[in-house]
Amino acid sequence: MSDNHQFCTFTLGDFTFGIAVQAIQEVILFQEMTPVPLAPATVHGLINLRGQIVTAIDLRGRLDLPPRRDGELPMNVIVRTPDGAVSLLVDQIGDVVEVEPALHEDAPETLEGAAREIVTGVYKMPGHLLLILDVTAAVTVPNSIQPSRN
Amino acid sequence: MPIPDTLQQQLTTDFLIESFEGLERFDRELLALEKGATSQETLNNIFRVIHTIKGTAGCIGLGRIESVAHVGESLLSLLRDGKIQSSEEIVSSLLALSDALLGILRQVETSGSEGSADHSVLLSRLQDLQSGRPAAASQAVAPAPEPAEENAAFGLFCDEPEPAQESAPQATVPSEPGSPEPQQPAKASVSESAIRVEVSQLDKLMNLVGELVLARNQIIQNVAQPDTAALVAASQRLNLITTELQGSVMKTRMQPIGNIWAKFPRIVRDVAHELGKKISLVMEGQETELDRTIIEAIKDPLMHIVRNSMDHGLEMPADRCAAGKPEEGRLLLRAFHEGGQVNIEFTDDGQGINVSRVKAKAVERGLLTADQARILADRDAFNLIFLPGFSTKETVTNLSGRGVGMDVVKTNIEKIGGSVDVQSSAGKGTTLRIKIPLTLAIIPALIVTSGAERFAIPQVNLLELVRLEGEDAQRKIETLYNAPVYRLRGRLLPLVDLNRHLGLKPKGSADAVSIVVLQADGRQFGLVVDQINDAEEIVVKPLGKQLKTLSCFAGATIMGDGRVALILDVLGVAQHAHVVTEVRDRAISSDGAAAHADDASQTLLLFESRKDRPLALPLSKVARLEELSSANIERSGSQRVVQYRGQIMPLVLVDQHVGGDGWDSAALQDPMQVVVYSERGRSVGLVVSRINDIVHESLSVQRSSSREGILGSAVIQSRVTDLLDLESIIRAADPDFYEHRQAV
Repeated sequence: MSDNHQFCTFTLGDFTFGIAVQAIQEVILFQEMTPVPLAPATVHGLINLRGQIVTAIDLRGRLDLPPRRDGELPMNVIVRTPDGAVSLLVDQIGDVVEVEPALHEDAPETLEGAAREIVTGVYKMPGHLLLILDVTAAVTVPNSIQPSRN
Repeated sequence: MPIPDTLQQQLTTDFLIESFEGLERFDRELLALEKGATSQETLNNIFRVIHTIKGTAGCIGLGRIESVAHVGESLLSLLRDGKIQSSEEIVSSLLALSDALLGILRQVETSGSEGSADHSVLLSRLQDLQSGRPAAASQAVAPAPEPAEENAAFGLFCDEPEPAQESAPQATVPSEPGSPEPQQPAKASVSESAIRVEVSQLDKLMNLVGELVLARNQIIQNVAQPDTAALVAASQRLNLITTELQGSVMKTRMQPIGNIWAKFPRIVRDVAHELGKKISLVMEGQETELDRTIIEAIKDPLMHIVRNSMDHGLEMPADRCAAGKPEEGRLLLRAFHEGGQVNIEFTDDGQGINVSRVKAKAVERGLLTADQARILADRDAFNLIFLPGFSTKETVTNLSGRGVGMDVVKTNIEKIGGSVDVQSSAGKGTTLRIKIPLTLAIIPALIVTSGAERFAIPQVNLLELVRLEGEDAQRKIETLYNAPVYRLRGRLLPLVDLNRHLGLKPKGSADAVSIVVLQADGRQFGLVVDQINDAEEIVVKPLGKQLKTLSCFAGATIMGDGRVALILDVLGVAQHAHVVTEVRDRAISSDGAAAHADDASQTLLLFESRKDRPLALPLSKVARLEELSSANIERSGSQRVVQYRGQIMPLVLVDQHVGGDGWDSAALQDPMQVVVYSERGRSVGLVVSRINDIVHESLSVQRSSSREGILGSAVIQSRVTDLLDLESIIRAADPDFYEHRQAV
């Protein structure tokens, strides 16, 4: 983490998050998605990225944030993982920022739930906090939440 | 100057690939030598392989391989110069040398070091042979096969009951280890991770990609300045190039089946020695090509089948003589393309499958009741050998006969969308036939819609489609404790509602029900979907890691409109809906005894010829019922044919054969009702005037017939109905139809 001071930023609700630019493949606008029945709730669907099938994960769901309001279209942040590209759905994409290492602090111990595994650190930016996400943790979907069939 | 690490690694990898190939050639040439090939060329080839291995190993610092190869080289040079003559003992020792080298090479491949296996016995034996002395301890020689070796050969059958037993027969294995199989199937070995492609093939691909770029440029230009005609032309070109590119890329992944067969002669030799049998192996169609992923998947099953034929099928020489057969048993491997599939046949001229013993065994194992066994047709009895926990051989050998073989073979072949069938005649031999698709990357599928989403169902699982309209939609679907069923030709078909099981909202109208009849694990069930769309060739793409746990989907594909559609895993859906249990039932499923429990009665297709004559055919002979337009009839010589599923299907007008009329085009209805009969991938269409019904009747033929094309007559549904003699009609219409079968 220490060498990576460039982050691609985006917002989810009132929060600003950042992912190390090295992990980002590309950012694309909202795409038609094919929902996957029986899949864990955070898997929003599948998108066709130039012939490659990419799983889209709703970061709001992953971070226990309230769902997006109807009519608001998310954007896709495509990240590289050892198992291929995965799309993270975010509200708005921000700038790529370069930050002072001195502004870094570890995530507070008091973080709860899924955020505790995913948020690795915080940068104290002027006026807001930049929460840094761990890509591997973000794309790992707990499998236990399978909706039972009715 | 020290060699940089990456270069050293590259050199080692190249050396490994080269040596594995070389040793395969070495084994092959040695066997030729043993069979009496005496040409200098053969000896030179054998010598060269070991010489090259020794030289290269020395260069890259693999001293152990160098020293072992050196001893072999000395013996071979004497052999090459004619100073000593080849003998069985020399060949055996050289094969042992090949195994020893293979062992060290594998060690290098997996761990990077040469290991420390002791080869002194082998080396002294080779030295003894050089001096012309018969090796004293020749029986006990050969490097003791590492235990892993034998196990891995059966790696496919890892559900072996007690691994401890495995080591017991090991001690009795004479000289060579059972198999030169690659060790860890899980890890791709160097020879599996590399592939040879002809330069001309690459050039062709490059050309096609060049054309693709041109087509793209045309289309991009067109977007700027729209011109419909030019766009149509460009998209047609694009279509053409894509198809060709698809074919060419596929071709680079194709490998001749001979690549896996190459090991068989050696295995047959070793196993024959071990069993005290004489077996000659004949291979035809080695050049038949298959996708490499499929080659990998069938490697172990094929090996097991070969071992099985040698162990169970072919008799001991004495028994063969007594039966009036040549002492040497014959095992024929044939591979050929047919109807978009690859067929692989294993034919032996052994004792055949003993039907009564198979049945007795099945009863003893509780797989079948005595009554079921009595009425089970022979053909179905043969297929009992594919049931889990089945083996008829009295003595269990370390080769096969643990009863965990053939069912795993069948499961593995079916996993890749193939099928296995066995035919046998007592005393004459057994033929096992495998049909597998050419590739797994692009498969034919049926597209259905459910809950506003499209799903693809692989055609291999598809049996038929049923649509119930209007009143039928409600009336014909009955429920048993909330489990919906449909009577499909007198048998209850459990129904699975895709919407309900996937938690989708139904969208289709309630006045029609579409049922896709599927087969999974030998069981049939009907999948109720909102709408059936079309058949399409789809490109299979894997699902991400997050979705791997969903057993209902086999992958995803991209449709023509760019949207993603999920591919249903039929077995997974069936398990999810509890149509099949996760543990395979030991009872025989639909196509086994249950279906034949009342075999005295038959399911018959009733139809009429033009003169309203009621006719019947056993439904088992009918592949499909089709309506074809008479405008599609073409001529081939004197035959009428239609293009049907990519094949040329001859048409037979039933009246012509049972009534004596000629082909009378004017009298043909449009559309024609055609009963399709298929055998071995060839089809014949019988043109009839009306399909009446399908009945399940106990048949008593009342009057046998001498009339042409008629087997006899029976009263069915209170009408005198003639039973069609399908074989004679087809023979009359297409004399070549059965020729293929007899040629086998």
